[in-house]
Amino acid sequence: MTNSIGEIPLSEGYLVIGSNTTENHPVIGSMIKGQVQNQGKKLIVADPRRIELAQFADYYFPINPGTNIAILNGFMHVIVKENLYNKEFVEARCEGFEEMAQSLEKYTPEYVANICGIHKAGDIVEAARLMASLKPMALYYSMGITQFVSGVNGVKSTANLQMLLGNMGVEGGGVNPLRGQNNVQGACDMGALPATYPAYQPVASEENREKYEKAWGVKELSTKPGLTVVEIMNAAHAGDVKALYCMGENPIMSDPNQEHVIEALKKLDLLVVQDIFLTETAQYADVVLPSCSFLEKAGTATNTERRVQPMHRVLKPWPGAKDDWWIIEEIANRMGAGWTYNKPADIFEEIRKVTPSYAGITYKRIEKEAIQWPCPTESHPGTKVLHRESFGRGKGLFTAIEYTPPYEETDREYPLVLTTGRILQHFHTGTMTRNSRILDETVPEGWVEIHPNDASNFNFTNGEVISVSTRRGSIRIRVRVAERSKPGVIFLPFHFYESCANRLTVDCLDPVCKIPEYKVCSCKVEKISA
Amino acid sequence: MNKIKLTIDGKVVSGYPNQTILEVASDNGIDIPHLCYHPKLSKSGQCRLCIVRIGGKMLKASCTELAMDGMNVVTEDEGIIAARKLVLGLLLQEGNHNCLYCEANGDCELQRYCRMHDMEPPSREIPFHEREVDYVSSNALRRNENVCILCGRCVRACGELQVSSIWGFAERGHRTHLIADDDRRIGESNCVKCGTCVQLCPTGALSFQPVLGKGLNWELSKESSICIYCGVGCKIDFYTNPQGQLVKAMGNDEGPNKGQLCVKGRFGFDFAQSPKRLSKPLVRKDGILSEASWKEALDFVAAGLTKIKEEHGPDAIAGLSSAKCTNEENYLMQKFMRAVVGTNNVDHCARL
Repeated sequence: MTNSIGEIPLSEGYLVIGSNTTENHPVIGSMIKGQVQNQGKKLIVADPRRIELAQFADYYFPINPGTNIAILNGFMHVIVKENLYNKEFVEARCEGFEEMAQSLEKYTPEYVANICGIHKAGDIVEAARLMASLKPMALYYSMGITQFVSGVNGVKSTANLQMLLGNMGVEGGGVNPLRGQNNVQGACDMGALPATYPAYQPVASEENREKYEKAWGVKELSTKPGLTVVEIMNAAHAGDVKALYCMGENPIMSDPNQEHVIEALKKLDLLVVQDIFLTETAQYADVVLPSCSFLEKAGTATNTERRVQPMHRVLKPWPGAKDDWWIIEEIANRMGAGWTYNKPADIFEEIRKVTPSYAGITYKRIEKEAIQWPCPTESHPGTKVLHRESFGRGKGLFTAIEYTPPYEETDREYPLVLTTGRILQHFHTGTMTRNSRILDETVPEGWVEIHPNDASNFNFTNGEVISVSTRRGSIRIRVRVAERSKPGVIFLPFHFYESCANRLTVDCLDPVCKIPEYKVCSCKVEKISA
Repeated sequence: MNKIKLTIDGKVVSGYPNQTILEVASDNGIDIPHLCYHPKLSKSGQCRLCIVRIGGKMLKASCTELAMDGMNVVTEDEGIIAARKLVLGLLLQEGNHNCLYCEANGDCELQRYCRMHDMEPPSREIPFHEREVDYVSSNALRRNENVCILCGRCVRACGELQVSSIWGFAERGHRTHLIADDDRRIGESNCVKCGTCVQLCPTGALSFQPVLGKGLNWELSKESSICIYCGVGCKIDFYTNPQGQLVKAMGNDEGPNKGQLCVKGRFGFDFAQSPKRLSKPLVRKDGILSEASWKEALDFVAAGLTKIKEEHGPDAIAGLSSAKCTNEENYLMQKFMRAVVGTNNVDHCARL
């Protein structure tokens, strides 16, 4: 997030696009709902599903999956055409406006309504006017913006809109991606990414290579960016990657195109899985290493607003399980590393030295203070709002972005759009929530959400078990007939092994950041004959 | 904003013009007994326990009365104590309070004020109106309205913090009672089980189902950590009993969540003590995953990675780090892959 959770009350309104906030980030969802319902703040929601926030919204746009860019361009078309944008901000803080403005010309409300499958084009105009009147407005998004082959462009579009409205660098504004895992922000910050060292310093830079060789006392670090998750699976499938060391991940459940993932893992010479349970992935491992759960750990985690927070040991380690850092160190030292970390604090001290944005953060400080990176020195209070004076590159760059359709389009054989996501009661691959009684009892199995029109076309009754198939595979699953999804769009949560959504999803990637297009693929639904 | 000055119990204190007397008192470290008031919720002035004397005359509810410049407030005198005892007496009379059988025993605001005011058990001359007990409809929440003081915190918490507006009051007078949705039991309502109402309930009227039988409130120890689920980073106080069992999770007010939690952050932690947890390393022998010692397993991994590195080069090895692990562990994993194995093939589920 460019801004902070605590600023939610400071916004005059919110645009929530591609985020089912009340189910996936429930506490933030409640804070937004509270402001709208109890304080009269404005809310605009765009999502293919009539999510809970849609009920609170002043304008709700049930857009077709994969058409975020079109609707954002549509809003901006109106804002530019009616001169409602923040000229002062655009002139002083941004560049590339003319080119972008030109690209927006064709995104008339009618053109956009047609792409997005919206009936009332006039609502786009009214919502755009409303947005321009909200000073400031905060934009919230999540995987409903990013998990497309056009994911990077989707993110850039959100930035275009917020720069255009002058909502960047101000309290209560911002582009606020809601991160889906408790330490996904931290894992990225720490350089658990193929192209960057800690604090996003590119590996393909001689200067950075030298810096880290010196810091780590090693020679010849690679300057060749590595492979992303899905590329690793493809390389394993092709026989180029021979060994995979997998810590606390369950790719058989979480990666797209499950069949392909299983084949890839089977081809490995060595699969090491370090986890708390014998996960679906661990069952294919050559070695399984039992690790501690988060309640048995000390260390730090960084949340979606860049706040670095202390985690404490609540429970004694599970008998036989070891800390993840201890296991890595043991393996490293067997391979000649000579590391001497005795506790997480030792590692954190090293992190501070090589991660400029964390340099001022100490274990002692975060026990008392809420510190958000960047925090370069111990006397720095941390940064609640990014880009206050200027952007990372100086001026904010508007990018002309064209709407491009998703990779798979529906056809005769696969006439429906399948979109996947999470539900309130479960998390990711279900390893934790399905082993927690109340959550598991509340939602014991998966279901597919189908609009009543589609259900009646296919003659499905609520609760019936049907088959859902794509070009990758097929599953059996119970139908939930609901008006939440648009007609022609079905929704499937991906937490359930028995009805695994990722048997169906497509593993095509965004060309820049390599995110898979989980949110759209073509599918067919069929009755299961007795 | 200009500050105002007033006198509370002979002490000159300052506050802001839009603050209530109770808020000014509380900011200045003066504790006025209260039940229906909660700093996170709107004010209802229902319970009248927080009465104070203003200007030596009137008794007013300090939770709703605005502080004014020059005001002279007394928070305790004989008359106030008598009035508070009357309020507490009526509350006791109205319900069926027996701490022996109550989940809140030792962590109950009513109990605290009754002990403070040396209350005796109520006479049973006036029969109390038996209200509903719902221990079964929800697997998450229990409700015993016979210890409910109708303070309405749960109703306001659900409407103002969680914004689900499940709880409401029905009927009037001594028949007033809590309902969920349009007069359903909680388990049959649209309750999302966030537990905010229980966290703010001043008595044992609402309690958590899984806490039952896991120990007495004063035996529990508390340690904070960060929720393992989504990226909001809710700070949670985890309570464990002397046997080391996890008993309950309560939202911590200092976290970004400001004390709130969702159903996963409230009830999603059984997995940590599930008998299915792995407790021995496993190494595949003759095609079967078999138990091994840590030394054997770690030697196997190190030898296997070294061999592949020597035969196929470092880029034939890849590592998946985890967004469920700490910063320290993620840092070490990428350092291991880069500095020890020699490849940048390290990623995690950021995109998944």
